[in-house]
Amino acid sequence: MFVFQSFVSAMLDNIAVLKVAPIFNVQLVLDGLFIGAIFALAAYGLALVWGVMNVKNLSQGEFVIMGGYFAHVFAQNDIHPIFALIPATIMMFGFGWITYHLIIKRVIERDLFTSLLATFGLALVIQQALNLVFGPDVQTAESGFETRFIFDGLVTVADVKLISFALCVVLATIVIIFMKKSRMGQAIRATAQDARAARVMGIDTDRVYAFTFSLNAAICGAAGVLISMIWVIQPFYGIPHSIRAFVIVTAAGFGNLPGVILAAFGLGVAEQYSGFVMGAEFQQATVVSLLVAVLVWRQIQLSRHRQVVK
Amino acid sequence: MNITRPLPQAVICICILVAGLVAPFVFPDYRVQISLLWIMILFALTWDILGGQMGYNSLGNIFFFGAGMYICAVVQVGLYFDVAEYTSAYGGTIAKFSPNQYFTGFLLGTIAAALGCVVLAVLLSSVLFGLRGPYFAIGTLGTALAARELFATWGWIGGGSGISMPVYPGDPYSRSLFFYFLCFVAAVLTFIFVRWLYSTRFGLAINAIRDDEEKAEAMGVHTKRHKTAAWSISAFFLGISGAVFGNMIGFIEPAEVAFPTVTFGIFMVAMTLLGGKGTLWGPVIGATLFHIVKEVTWTYLLGWQWIALGLLIIINVVYFQDGIVGWIRTRWPEYFGVRIEAAAADKNAQVSR
Repeated sequence: MFVFQSFVSAMLDNIAVLKVAPIFNVQLVLDGLFIGAIFALAAYGLALVWGVMNVKNLSQGEFVIMGGYFAHVFAQNDIHPIFALIPATIMMFGFGWITYHLIIKRVIERDLFTSLLATFGLALVIQQALNLVFGPDVQTAESGFETRFIFDGLVTVADVKLISFALCVVLATIVIIFMKKSRMGQAIRATAQDARAARVMGIDTDRVYAFTFSLNAAICGAAGVLISMIWVIQPFYGIPHSIRAFVIVTAAGFGNLPGVILAAFGLGVAEQYSGFVMGAEFQQATVVSLLVAVLVWRQIQLSRHRQVVK
Repeated sequence: MNITRPLPQAVICICILVAGLVAPFVFPDYRVQISLLWIMILFALTWDILGGQMGYNSLGNIFFFGAGMYICAVVQVGLYFDVAEYTSAYGGTIAKFSPNQYFTGFLLGTIAAALGCVVLAVLLSSVLFGLRGPYFAIGTLGTALAARELFATWGWIGGGSGISMPVYPGDPYSRSLFFYFLCFVAAVLTFIFVRWLYSTRFGLAINAIRDDEEKAEAMGVHTKRHKTAAWSISAFFLGISGAVFGNMIGFIEPAEVAFPTVTFGIFMVAMTLLGGKGTLWGPVIGATLFHIVKEVTWTYLLGWQWIALGLLIIINVVYFQDGIVGWIRTRWPEYFGVRIEAAAADKNAQVSR
């Protein structure tokens, strides 16, 4: 029990640090927002696939990590990793297309656990393939940007984080405009509302599904490039990313874009705080515990709803 | 409709029992692998109680395996030593267990593990069984992953560096036999219990929950009570298997031994699906086939084994969902005592009623 006490006292010490020097809060919130913006991208992709074709993609995080390795390869060949955004997006789009036609197409009509397990199997394959190709080391794509110091050097802001934040905003805007204005975007939204009616209206839903899944993979690829520039990637870091996406989407509900963005920022900040207060080894535990907490909270809401129905 | 044919099944059962009793002496080199095979069969059978028979696909059943392992370890050590001192000294150095202490501790630990897992299952079920379908799968997966992370940071039970279990008082030969028969008995008991369970009203009730939970509830089945009970049964046997496995390996640690979510945790699903979920023999056949193929080919695949596992899951789920037993049943229904005309006539009678 002594260990537990020392743990609690260390935690209180860290909280005291935050009280004495409130400037650290700024650092934690900023880092949380920068990383949260990228989580929002991956979560939006998941919400898209979930909402349109009712497939829960457990290999979401692996798509992100795959995108990250594009940036890694670029950085190793002395090309600036930011240029990897374009090839990563295109290649991941293609990968998504192939995956859809090989696997996802055949599980859409089945029960939900089937799609969950199939994508889980896919996640295993991708993880191990990346492990075989790149090895199990933790990688980061060096961007070579400078780091700014604000508040007398107490708070650091890396330029690359600002750039990635801006890119996130740009990407999200492009996707949103695409969904609102383009023909395909409209078809996707129509299919999400009612697939059968969309088919009656002459929309090729199979093509819509394929496009949606590929778009999701492309978004994940872009998110991965950004993650590898401001954070780290490793073949097995995909699962936490998948779980994050699930936490965000479950908390926000799909079809609720502002909710997804808010939840993503919230998760990013929460992770930074738990990492600071409890120690870095608790960061993953926080994500997973949040998942369980969000599911429980959702269930309490549901049961309240049921009582009303009674 | 289902005409049971007692003779062939009894013959098969006796053959398996005899094979299980003889195997450790015929293949002494593979004793550990065969012990693991029994554990795998137990895994698949307990997963199928929920996944196949009740339609609740859990990805986190491995939680009870790890919890049982840790409960047993804490009881075994805690009976005679201070747990924190023992774990901080990495066992061994300060701890010598007499045979009497060892076996008493092991027995009490196993009982505590089984009962503790039942308690945990009841506690968790109040939280998790409100989740349906894929949410349940993700929620249970989250529980297992969270447990792994939390146990890894819990210093009292050794944290990430784990606990060395008490050393078996005896020579390696008797040790391997002892654990072989524990695994064997655990698996056989599980099979007998599960077989009895599916023949009772309880089995029918959980099948009804699988087919349509709302209708089952409307027909007066206490769905929540049945779900909790089914999960507790699953947890009971998984707790025992965890206790036995932890002692057999001799060293437990959260990530790879106690909560191996991506190995054992997924194997149990893959094995059951391969054999055919929702059947009595499916998990047994699936586990046997999977384990033998895995043990034979694993070392030759050199890093490709996980890709093979992932592909197996994908192909199994996408193209071969009924599994081996399910496929045989649709291919040769008469072997299962289902005669087409009789079944059709039965259906007509039901409709006209």
